[in-house]
Amino acid sequence: MKTFVGIDLGSTTTKAVLMDEEEGVLGRGITNSRSNYETACKVATEEAKIDARFTLFRREFGAAGQIDEQVEDFLGALERSFRLEQFLEQLGDLEETCIRLVRGDRYAKIGEGVKVALTEVFRRLREEAPGMYAPGADRKSDFFRDIAGSRYLSVAEEVGRDAGVSYDVLLNIYDKSIIAVENRPPSGKLNEKFKNALQRVAKEDSGAASVLGEKAEHALGIELEETYLVGTGYGRVTLPFSKEHIRSEILCHGLGAHMMYPKTRTVLDIGGQDTKGIQVNPEGIVENFQMNDRCAAGTGRYLGYIADEMNMGLHELGPMALKSKKPARINSTCTVFAGAELRDRLALGEAREDILAGLHRAIILRSMSILSRSGGVADEFTFTGGVAKNEAAVRELKKLVFENYGEVTINIGAESIYTGALGASEFARRAAHGRIEGVEA
Amino acid sequence: MNTKILKAQPADVLKDASMIKQKEMMAKHYDRLTNAPTSGAKVASTFVPGNLNELIMCFDLVNNLPEVNAIQSGLRKQSGAYIMEAERAGHSEDVCTYVKSDIGMMLKGNIGPNGKKLPNPDVLLLSYTGCFTFLKWFELLREQYKCPTIFLQTPYMADGKVTPNMIQYMVKQLKDTVIPTLEEVSGVKFDIDRLREYLKKSAQAEDDLVHILQTGKNKPSPIDAYFGGIYYIGPIFGAFRGTDDAIDYYRFLREEVDERLAKGLGPVTPDGPMAEEKYRLVVEGPPNYTSFRQFWKMFYDEGATVVASSYTKVGGTYDYGFRHDPDKPLESLAEYCLGVYTNRSLPMRIDMLTDYINEYEADGLLINSIKSCNSFSAGQLLIMREVEKRTGKPAAFIETDLVDPRYFSAANVKNRLESYFQMVEQKRSGKGVAA
Repeated sequence: MKTFVGIDLGSTTTKAVLMDEEEGVLGRGITNSRSNYETACKVATEEAKIDARFTLFRREFGAAGQIDEQVEDFLGALERSFRLEQFLEQLGDLEETCIRLVRGDRYAKIGEGVKVALTEVFRRLREEAPGMYAPGADRKSDFFRDIAGSRYLSVAEEVGRDAGVSYDVLLNIYDKSIIAVENRPPSGKLNEKFKNALQRVAKEDSGAASVLGEKAEHALGIELEETYLVGTGYGRVTLPFSKEHIRSEILCHGLGAHMMYPKTRTVLDIGGQDTKGIQVNPEGIVENFQMNDRCAAGTGRYLGYIADEMNMGLHELGPMALKSKKPARINSTCTVFAGAELRDRLALGEAREDILAGLHRAIILRSMSILSRSGGVADEFTFTGGVAKNEAAVRELKKLVFENYGEVTINIGAESIYTGALGASEFARRAAHGRIEGVEA
Repeated sequence: MNTKILKAQPADVLKDASMIKQKEMMAKHYDRLTNAPTSGAKVASTFVPGNLNELIMCFDLVNNLPEVNAIQSGLRKQSGAYIMEAERAGHSEDVCTYVKSDIGMMLKGNIGPNGKKLPNPDVLLLSYTGCFTFLKWFELLREQYKCPTIFLQTPYMADGKVTPNMIQYMVKQLKDTVIPTLEEVSGVKFDIDRLREYLKKSAQAEDDLVHILQTGKNKPSPIDAYFGGIYYIGPIFGAFRGTDDAIDYYRFLREEVDERLAKGLGPVTPDGPMAEEKYRLVVEGPPNYTSFRQFWKMFYDEGATVVASSYTKVGGTYDYGFRHDPDKPLESLAEYCLGVYTNRSLPMRIDMLTDYINEYEADGLLINSIKSCNSFSAGQLLIMREVEKRTGKPAAFIETDLVDPRYFSAANVKNRLESYFQMVEQKRSGKGVAA
């Protein structure tokens, strides 16, 4: 079938959306942007294709009127199995890469010991892997780097200690290898992995799985043809896309927000290093926009920096800030100053949640200024980008929008991080139908 | 035929013959300035808006323009170091970067673009008050040079028109203060007929300038009225107005532009002739000089030509009919000072930009807002919204600086410009399309 790919190359994550001919979203994929946009682009597209396969499975099962609990269980098991398959493959690559690094003078004496230790580390990682993908298992991240990284570090410490191999050596080998592994585009055929995963599921469950498995195999036969691709986002110019395959993120976010919420008139997107205020007309066409251009204060990276300063995960910031009863007043949106203020206030004994709430407010204040410069907030208002996932930021935004603009419908979707990629995929779909917008045809 | 590749430039810079001619004129002028101590010529420092070149020439004074020196330093990538020098001397980061570049240049020996020391001025002539910073700038220069300072007060056009009272007020100042002081400084007696002669020459060159600027109404436009426009206004805004050199230059330029027009060609940019005119823009605000070529290339790459700009009116709004008039010499000098773009009220600026978009059939308005120029930047967002509302054409806002290289973030400016061009395109092609 014909598919249309939209890719949003953000500074932090790269997102892809796969669309069908009827403007339906088939799949979404996301990966960390690394420092390699080309790989990020391939990985995100592959992830979107994987997601699309599941959509197609559902459609296949749906045609037989079988969307029920059993199907959901089956799909859940299939996904876990597939992810495990993917994980094991990359783990194998990581092991090979690590072992390859053990050579030269540095390892003249300790080389054999290190190799034995590495082999043991990876044996244990492989052994525990099925548990990480078991039903109900909680994974903090879906990115290989995060999962493998945290497990490698703790297992290597144990193994190193027992085998008398320096932890620093094992750490150093990992650091060098993970970059290489991460920057290698995904190998192997997707369908092969799916077939392996299907077999694994079939082995574990002899009931309905075999019937569903057959249907799934049938759905795997549908070819996903990449008919047209449009790239957007910070990294778009670094890709070998020709001009007609590139749209500005302003246009893509405007259109994407319009597609998700057709009554959207104002869009706020807070990404890794950009904050954009966009006004769109009833057709989703951009009327006006403003973005930060001399300074990246108050963007998503600000929160990333604060998380590092506080030794917390990015996703933990929002929930903690929400606990605040008395938000601190922090005026500076300068990331570096905010870091200093944070340390100061912590030293003075102020509560972490109050400081964090203040920082979230500062970031939104900055967005409010960009919004007002773009023409204000009109009804409906759609908030997108990575920061839209942060509940504390959303709470501050709602408050400030109400104070400044009164009652306005605010849309925040679970898939809002894909807004730019969604707009790009629609541009791709239109371009394939001969409608080139935003680019001189 | 009028374009050739200059050997002295980096190999791939393309220039019009008129640009080369202008370069020679500027070189001669800087030589005249730096030779002043040996030739015995006296020097008057003054500013571009409200520049009274014809009057200055009546006293055999050589005209030195600190903003033009700052622009030259910017184009030559020297302003960054000058600005840092001025900041070291105590000038704040937020001060106009023309001022800081000038002060820094002074502190570093006042070496002009020709590599020779610029002379100390014998008189400071402040003839325009629309920019408050100019006042402070000359205060600093006065402190440095300890020379006479003339302050010709130009009323702000807050009500949108020139009244007889305003003219009277200014003519009185010219008669009572400006002319007597210039006589004293120069030792030359004022001769009004000499002034009339110069004004006549000014008007002749002004006619050609207006013709050139208005060729932007054609499709494609044979000129770029912003980046190219900077060159076109150089002589008439600077030390050449009222001279035969200016008459020759503008005649030459007019022929060059008319020839391109006849052939249906677009403007010549440093990176090559504009092949296809995809976007026609009106630009408000000064350009960035430290990344001038890079900035221009961003337009060139997208096929965007600026068909009209407000910046090319900071030294006179000739396209609105004003001409220096030998029959009313002092009155027309007064009217000239009053009419410069930066002395115009916000409603007047809105009217002008709206007219340009309509008359030049532009696709939209682009504002280049200057970080360190409050005089220009105050009210620009309001201007933008109003022009958008009146014309229905999309507008965009970018931020850079005059000559401070730290405030030109190429990736972001490019990002915004691309987004803007695509927005224009989307509005053109996507009208009424529901997704």
